[in-house]
Amino acid sequence: MASKAAKPAKRHGLMTRFWHWLNLLCLVILFMSGLNISNAHRYLYWGNYGFDPAEAWLAVPRFPGWATIPDYYSLAAARDWHILMAWPFAVGLLAMWIAMLVSGHFWRDLRTSPSEWKPKAIWHDIRQHLKLNFDHGGSKYNFLQKVAYGVVLGIFLPGMIFTGLAISPGFEPAAPWLVDILGGRQSARSIHFIFSWGIFAFFVVHVVLVLLAGPIGQIRDMITGGKLEEGDAQ
Amino acid sequence: MNGTIGRRGVLAGASMLFLGACSKVADSTVGSHLLGAAETWHKKVHRSLADRMALAREYEKDDISPTFKGNGTVNINTPEYQAATQNRFADWRLEVRGMVDTPMSLSMDNIRALPQRTQITRHDCVEGWSAIGEWTGPQLSTLLEAAGVQEGANFVVFRCADRFSQGPYYESVDMIDAMHPQTIVAHMLNGEALPVKNGAPLRMRVERQLGYKHPKYLTAIELVASLDDIGEGQGGYWEDHHGYQWYAGI
Repeated sequence: MASKAAKPAKRHGLMTRFWHWLNLLCLVILFMSGLNISNAHRYLYWGNYGFDPAEAWLAVPRFPGWATIPDYYSLAAARDWHILMAWPFAVGLLAMWIAMLVSGHFWRDLRTSPSEWKPKAIWHDIRQHLKLNFDHGGSKYNFLQKVAYGVVLGIFLPGMIFTGLAISPGFEPAAPWLVDILGGRQSARSIHFIFSWGIFAFFVVHVVLVLLAGPIGQIRDMITGGKLEEGDAQ
Repeated sequence: MNGTIGRRGVLAGASMLFLGACSKVADSTVGSHLLGAAETWHKKVHRSLADRMALAREYEKDDISPTFKGNGTVNINTPEYQAATQNRFADWRLEVRGMVDTPMSLSMDNIRALPQRTQITRHDCVEGWSAIGEWTGPQLSTLLEAAGVQEGANFVVFRCADRFSQGPYYESVDMIDAMHPQTIVAHMLNGEALPVKNGAPLRMRVERQLGYKHPKYLTAIELVASLDDIGEGQGGYWEDHHGYQWYAGI
């Protein structure tokens, strides 16, 4: 693609910025209301059925009120919040994926090349990260960032939607195969739980790295779009 | 320590502010309207993606769970119900009433004499657990056709013998779920008479919705035009007293 530099280049596109903050709001409410829902039955199973704590593969701790929405135990209210925020989350993710594919953001900035998967190159990236050297030399994101964003955008976030649909008895008649490929209804519920913590782990690492890389500039750029720096690839 | 607010305190305080905001939003008219609207969107999407008569998954005998968990009311400690269990529900009656041409009062023998449907389905409790069982009973549509549903009847209300702290249990479905082939009045579970903990002698199966839409200890089926005059108007015990979603397909 030729550089169509009609408008000044921004570090983050408008769609990226809008989606980033909308997604943050959705994820916070979905996660915290999800913890409240988890409190209703704190056991996870594999397969299609499961109700006996003795057969659970995991007994989940009870989450305290400060971590849940609402801030007391209410399965009904937590489900209200969860069901409401599922909509902007799912529609937003779909829109972001379409935008990333259409604008080239995905192909240009997030796709990894085979050479990046060489163990030596990965080890180099890890060492640079541990040294807190965030110079990406040439491309917008380094290999570890691409993999992290790829796993979150490509697996964890869509995975939450698909596992969420699979545990909905009203949706199941529309796509019974979805429950099958996830290994059954209780497996889908378990994966829903695991992925939610995968997203939480990403959130923690993401915030730590933003703090290390200069939080004011990073947050400002994610609001205003920022300017492309020297060395940032177009 | 001594007097200074720690980082945890700040975080907890910030989250309290945020959570307080959530409660406020939920209490506001717009907020509760929005929360209710999401439920309606889901119902519409479910019904546009799947055929209105699309079946819930049916399983094989091998898939049946070793037991079927009893939940909520697992026995009714009234003299009437205890007497009914003593004589194996020989005198139990199921009424079909409200907006029907021919109100009916059916005995257990009447119900067993009707054409039966047997289905092995998965029960998903709103709490998150699931159990699989084989249910047998007449389709609700058979009863409704026999009674003759009148024009303008939009909902079927199920009346039950069990009592919770805030009164008797009741639930309701619209005519789409009422006429669904898998909506049956079950009197058997896994080939035997329905156990007390699972709602003896009769319980509804409304397979495309969560467990609380499958009322146990069924005594009457009532056809109504609107849910406004049923309980507090939200369509069921859990909906009226604890804010649960009337559409329990999600």
